Amino acid sequence: MSGYVFPNEIEVHWRLLIVLYPYITGLVAGAFILSSLYHVFGRSEFKPLARFSLLTALAFLFCAPLPLLFHLGQPLRALNIMITPHLTSAMAGFGFIYSFYLILCLLETWFLFREDIVKFAASSKGFVKLFYTILTLGAKDISPEALHKDHKIVTVLATIGIPAACFLHGYVGFIFGSIKANAWWSTPLMPIIFLWSATVSGVALLIVLYRAVTWIRRQKIELPCFMSLNFYLWIFLIIATILELLEVLHMGYEGKEEWPMIRGLLTNHISLSYLVIQMGFGVLLPLILLPIGRSKRLSVEVKQTLTTLSGALVLMGVLAMRFNVVIGGQLISKSMTGYTAYDWTLFSNEGIIPVMILLLLPLPVLAVIVRVLPPWYGELKGPKEIVPNIGATGD
Amino acid sequence: MKLKFTRRNFVISTAKVMAIGLLAPTGALAVTKLAFAEDSSQQNPILKQWAGKEWNFVVDTAKCIGCASCVKACKKENSIPLDKEVYRTWVERYLVYTNDEVRIDSPRGGLEFQQEVAKPEKQFFVPKLCNQCQLAPCIQVCPVGATYRTGDGVVLVDRKRCIGCGYCIQACPYSARFLHPILKVADKCTWCYHRISKGMLPACVQVCPTGARKFGNMKDPASEIVALKKKSRIRILKPDMGTEPKVFYIDLDEVVK
Repeated sequence: MSGYVFPNEIEVHWRLLIVLYPYITGLVAGAFILSSLYHVFGRSEFKPLARFSLLTALAFLFCAPLPLLFHLGQPLRALNIMITPHLTSAMAGFGFIYSFYLILCLLETWFLFREDIVKFAASSKGFVKLFYTILTLGAKDISPEALHKDHKIVTVLATIGIPAACFLHGYVGFIFGSIKANAWWSTPLMPIIFLWSATVSGVALLIVLYRAVTWIRRQKIELPCFMSLNFYLWIFLIIATILELLEVLHMGYEGKEEWPMIRGLLTNHISLSYLVIQMGFGVLLPLILLPIGRSKRLSVEVKQTLTTLSGALVLMGVLAMRFNVVIGGQLISKSMTGYTAYDWTLFSNEGIIPVMILLLLPLPVLAVIVRVLPPWYGELKGPKEIVPNIGATGD
Repeated sequence: MKLKFTRRNFVISTAKVMAIGLLAPTGALAVTKLAFAEDSSQQNPILKQWAGKEWNFVVDTAKCIGCASCVKACKKENSIPLDKEVYRTWVERYLVYTNDEVRIDSPRGGLEFQQEVAKPEKQFFVPKLCNQCQLAPCIQVCPVGATYRTGDGVVLVDRKRCIGCGYCIQACPYSARFLHPILKVADKCTWCYHRISKGMLPACVQVCPTGARKFGNMKDPASEIVALKKKSRIRILKPDMGTEPKVFYIDLDEVVK
């Protein structure tokens, strides 16, 4: 703590769980947008990941409300934001926007996997058969006409999904950006910055997951897909960084009353997480490594390693960015005369360990979903003893 | 007549169900509203209570001696844990030195001021509390409508509705709000609404030995604060936030934020 902070500001109110919330929803939005690059924009190089990225979005979406729920002082009253919403509050929209998006993702997943589900139900036995039969919801028609209809519906849902994903995450930015009392949050750029950093984090996540999954399954990475991920990450990272720098540059150039406090925050109080982790390791290093990773002179192995490393760095950088916004904004006292300090804890309910568990929770969830609905095109492997012809789908 | 399941019938019946679903609650709401409107201030006990009242608070900073009796009285009156760093009201000390250096502190809300060694050019105290803003950001951002403004001008928190999300704490430009350490709901100064509703003064006003804190009804011409606001040079805190605070400060120095 330095300078004077109001007595009620000694403790930071929004802590690590609230750092997780925009991080996880950002990953959802990013992964979804990536899957739409194939389903809507026809970027066929992303085909190997088109279904997997949708499942990734779904897995993270399932976990997205948990940090919020655990953070509430009265978690049992959580549903009140949908039962008795107060419509002037930005936060009141969360339940509706989230539910809409969840339904959309579930629908798209179902239509995308319907053929597989029907085939699994036909070829399996006992409990597994019952499970997949329930999943078909009674729609067992997999004639070419029916599948063509499925395909059209998926395209429509994915198209609706893009603005919905933008809205879901832009809205998270608005929650922070509309708080006039907080000098570091209050900017109309906030929703756009959140949106682009979400896209960045989603692509980075898919890079790391794709590498991890191919390693686990002892498969080969499809290089054109991986190099496209590399390229898109690079482009999105440039856009996101320009916006983030624009915000700070604008504040600094205008040099209004609050600027000395913001400068002090960035250069002193969160300098490690802002200058070093977010901007240095999370932006600068990947911006250099990614183009090197696309170089034709390097071996495939080096290309993949550089790309994966950049993805991991970007993931860390975006997490640091969420921290710098959420916690950083609260470190500046509203008295504009001092900074409060964040006390790191390990085990308390917003300590590092429970937060790490919540952060990693989507991965086992994803593993289960992938087990139930194998998303890999062109492979004949499904759950045990099942050999449906998945190769025919989606071509 | 047997109804055939056609697209046309499906659309018509869906429209019917939706129309009923929308009309029923809207109608119920309208009826309740009408009933409430008829029940004017003569009958409704709450409206009767509010009628003819508009509470305001005036702080005369020149009179405050920094004894922090108000801080203690407030914590006791409102059952706010004394040992926790949460305050419905607090007292700030400003030490302005010759070299334009301003030192501000409020150790434990003003309960533990220490003697300063270096003698400042000027020194004064500023009591702070919720400003009960006319355009309160905390009300705007509450996702469940747990915080609201009463007809006599006090912003309150419904402890049975608050979900403890802390958005109002972020939105308050004055840091007047906190999460109640025991109840886990948002909490803040209510101008001792339970006391003023019975014609008593807020606890902090009651205990102030120098009369630095004044409280009264702006709709009562005989009220002391009406005269005080008329004759004094007053300022509000952070006017640029556009919140229209209802706590008015006499002789407030420019360094106070």
